[in-house]
Amino acid sequence: MLRADGVTVAYDRHRVLDRVAIAVPPGVVTGLAGPSGCGKSSLARVLALLLRPSAGRVSVDGTEVRRWRHRAAPALRTTVALIFQQPRLAVDPRFTLLDIVAEPLRVARLPLDRAERLAEEMGLTPDLLVRRPHEVSDGQLQRACVARALTLRPRYVICDEMTTMLDASTQALLVGRLEEYRRESGAGVLAISHDTELLDRWCGPDSTVHRLGPSEDLPGE
Amino acid sequence: MATGTRARPQGQARWRARDRRRGPARSRRLATATLVVLGLAVLLVPLVARLDQSQVDLHSASLPPGLAHPFGTDEMGRDVLLRVVYGLRVSLLVGLVAAAVSATIGTLVGLAAGTLGGMADRVLMRVVDGFNSVPHLLFGIFIVALFSPGATAVVVSVGLTHWMTAARIVRSEVLTLRSRPFVDAAISAGSGRTRIVLRHFLPHLGPHIALTAVLMVPHAVWHETALSFLGLGLPPHLASLGNMINDGARSLLAGDWWPSLFPGLFLFLPTLAISSLAQHWRDRSDPRRRSELQL
Repeated sequence: MLRADGVTVAYDRHRVLDRVAIAVPPGVVTGLAGPSGCGKSSLARVLALLLRPSAGRVSVDGTEVRRWRHRAAPALRTTVALIFQQPRLAVDPRFTLLDIVAEPLRVARLPLDRAERLAEEMGLTPDLLVRRPHEVSDGQLQRACVARALTLRPRYVICDEMTTMLDASTQALLVGRLEEYRRESGAGVLAISHDTELLDRWCGPDSTVHRLGPSEDLPGE
Repeated sequence: MATGTRARPQGQARWRARDRRRGPARSRRLATATLVVLGLAVLLVPLVARLDQSQVDLHSASLPPGLAHPFGTDEMGRDVLLRVVYGLRVSLLVGLVAAAVSATIGTLVGLAAGTLGGMADRVLMRVVDGFNSVPHLLFGIFIVALFSPGATAVVVSVGLTHWMTAARIVRSEVLTLRSRPFVDAAISAGSGRTRIVLRHFLPHLGPHIALTAVLMVPHAVWHETALSFLGLGLPPHLASLGNMINDGARSLLAGDWWPSLFPGLFLFLPTLAISSLAQHWRDRSDPRRRSELQL
């Protein structure tokens, strides 16, 4: 279980998350909805061990997280994969699509053939894989980002407004691929969106959809 | 009527835009041509020259520019043209090495400050402030005084007094890169700090570092010239632009202008050309600036 308890995140005097608790169980899709600026992305970064909260606890499968970002153990970091809202910002503009998908495998010193297979499953043809981000569409880039997120077979996948900028067919492809991965691996998925209809469709009637309220300014001194 | 009043500013704007485009293109071509000619002279003249630049001929001392000696001779009868070419060669070489040294030191300090952050960043940036607060030339003279005069002393002096600009530029770029989502994605993929620096930071910093180093070359040449002019740079027998301007200054009192004018001109021309090309490169490498130039 990926769990956050009493998580507070504040940027200067602006508190975006105030004692938030969320649990992402394995094998199911958990929803997280809320208006823009309510701290959905901050919570996603906290759960992906990329942002140290001002207060609160985060645990991954019972292991409490004490170090964040590159200081956290690589094995713990790769347990949770984050798919970003804007694929164009989430990839190194100098890399080819194949480099992007294969990066986690290179870091883990694993054979790179898995990257090509995953890219193929996402509909990325070999001629697309040699292109750089500025030569492909947002949808193609997001497909590469999803493939990258799944290369190391994470236990939890956080999708931060993953389909906001994409057309309906790409949305369906990405959600379908993630659902396939969830069923096959038993991974937990946290679907974050301001689009409650999408969350209702994706999560189904049995899953939990958490809702975050608007953020607030801390009282002045 | 309305169309006529609108057409005129459009036409003027078009001409102004054309002038803006042609002006830099002309100066760029001129700068490139200057560097090509000077580069060929520096490389080829020593190979084909039949005269020895250090050969003293007191019978031909202080001859004004003429057919036999286009730039005249100095008070020892040495050919000024030949010495200027040799001097430029030495000064440019020292300038290039010194710029590379200062860019390397600056890159390492900037990378460390930007990547480590926190206390390490604060301490390193205060060190940069400390180095910046001392006048460069004074500090350079102090460093040279620790060595025996020579090219190494000049390179160390320039390197240790000019790395701060590169450090500031690299640090600010690293701070920007650190907050980019693709770095988050790399961390999430299990990358450590070293890998992020080598695979993500350095390739992005490459053009900035190269540009800083290129802009440093003219500065380093001037620094070398200033040290040599003060008698603290290269040994007097070695032709460098600074040594020549220093020697020529004495002849000025006797009315001989050529031994100091030509080395000064050959100091001015390449530094201006390198600066012009480097600024053009900087404009082209910044997408926002590039789109502004196209307007």
